Amino acid sequence: MAHAATLEIKNLNKQYQVGDKSLPVLEDISLSIKPGEFVSIVGSSGCGKSTLLKLLIGLEDQYQGDILLDGKRIVGTSLERGIVFQEHRLFPWLTVEQNISIGLLNNTELSAEEKTNSIQEHIELVGLKDFANAYPYQLSGGMSQRVAIARALVNRPEVLLLDEPFGALDAFTRAYLQQELQRIWEKEGITMILVTHDVEEAVYLGDRVVVMQPRPGRIKRVIDVNLPRERTRSSAKFTAIKEEVLREFADTPDTVEELTTQTTVNEAPKNSFLTADALCY
Amino acid sequence: MSLNLKNLRGAVLPLALLLVWYAVTALGLVNTKLIVPPEKVLQVAYKFVMRGNFLESIEASLFRDLSGFLLGSVAGVLLGVLMGLSRWTERFVGPSFNTLKQISLFAWLPLISTWLGTGDAAKILFVALSAFYPVALNTFEGVRGVSKAQLEVARVYAFTYKQLITKLILPSASPQILTGLHLGLIYAWMATIGAEFLLISSGSGLGDTVIKGRAAFNIELIVFGMLTIGLIGAIFNHIATRIERRLLVWRGA
Repeated sequence: MAHAATLEIKNLNKQYQVGDKSLPVLEDISLSIKPGEFVSIVGSSGCGKSTLLKLLIGLEDQYQGDILLDGKRIVGTSLERGIVFQEHRLFPWLTVEQNISIGLLNNTELSAEEKTNSIQEHIELVGLKDFANAYPYQLSGGMSQRVAIARALVNRPEVLLLDEPFGALDAFTRAYLQQELQRIWEKEGITMILVTHDVEEAVYLGDRVVVMQPRPGRIKRVIDVNLPRERTRSSAKFTAIKEEVLREFADTPDTVEELTTQTTVNEAPKNSFLTADALCY
Repeated sequence: MSLNLKNLRGAVLPLALLLVWYAVTALGLVNTKLIVPPEKVLQVAYKFVMRGNFLESIEASLFRDLSGFLLGSVAGVLLGVLMGLSRWTERFVGPSFNTLKQISLFAWLPLISTWLGTGDAAKILFVALSAFYPVALNTFEGVRGVSKAQLEVARVYAFTYKQLITKLILPSASPQILTGLHLGLIYAWMATIGAEFLLISSGSGLGDTVIKGRAAFNIELIVFGMLTIGLIGAIFNHIATRIERRLLVWRGA
């Protein structure tokens, strides 16, 4: 089993340069994540949650503050941190098996035989044994996302980052994959950070739910989810926590509404709000 | 290819045209000196094939075509990949490339024949040039079209530069590279015949044969030559399509 890491984010600030203006995207984010913990991050669009994940995976490296993995400052991308994007981002010219093997391309710890075994294991983990030789165009959206999860896990990373991984799927597939993800998390025992705008998903999966607010992106509140797993979405306690998270949103000026008024009042959407939003995506 | 009714549908039009051709000549509706009857084309074809010159001229044309195509497409893929990968190369070579592209291919012939005469070297260079442009252009666009999302995946899995090219950029660009090669193959064949028409030499070749037919007012020979040229072009096209389909199964088309 993989070693799970402590992830510490200390006083993280991040700006985007728009012309000669500097737009704050993240402001003073501090968060300490225990090994093997599942943390959900929710927030409306423009709150910088995707930017935060980009910094954690290392695709962005301009920031102030510290991001420490087991006490060591992270530098760029690394095989110890895996990510699943909203789109599956599989290579269409590779089969399921070959796509998963991309995760191990630069793994120097495993022998060729161990790699083959690990790939098979992960194909089974995500339940795609019969589709090992299928091409992505032959898979449904949910299946493709499961391949992407296997590709991210095959390296046995210490942290798995999930950027709205089920956002583009239908409700049934989403519920099913949330359950699957929970099973995988329990089996692998690694740290997972899930960014989502689906409050129910955040509460269902998270040990804690981090609520972020936009402009600039800040942590508004961290809510503990002290419910045994597997959680029942319709239970009173579950609903109460969900309500609690949703109340945090009610306090914040609603981004979506704000944006719609902005665009209807002002035909030319050339305001800084929209620019900031566009940058977050 | 299995022979079924669907595949035969495409043969209806040519057969109908052949029938009309036969009918109008047999009924004397046209001047048979200008529009020669099909059976006479067959006679000439038979004589010509029997004399052995025919295979020789096909061979000569194919040699020019394929050597030119090989040179031009290798150069095209190389330049296309280089321009696609490096902004510097694109800025340095791109403008010249785009300007030279505007020169009609046939406008190169006077220069080429001044340098190299009218022999095989000149013809092959011309064929190479005509294959070069579509291959280079499509390769460039394919390489440049690699998605940012997939480049991020490559960074996440710590691809080396070599892996980036062989595992992501080339396969991702392969549909467009193959389109370029396919076009290049067709252009090369047209250029081969064009070169044989315009760079008249003592050598043999399908284009030479047709031109000689014109000189001798041998319309049967001209028609036979044209049919052969078309047939070979069609075979090239067919082979290229099959290779493309085989290599691009992953697109599920």
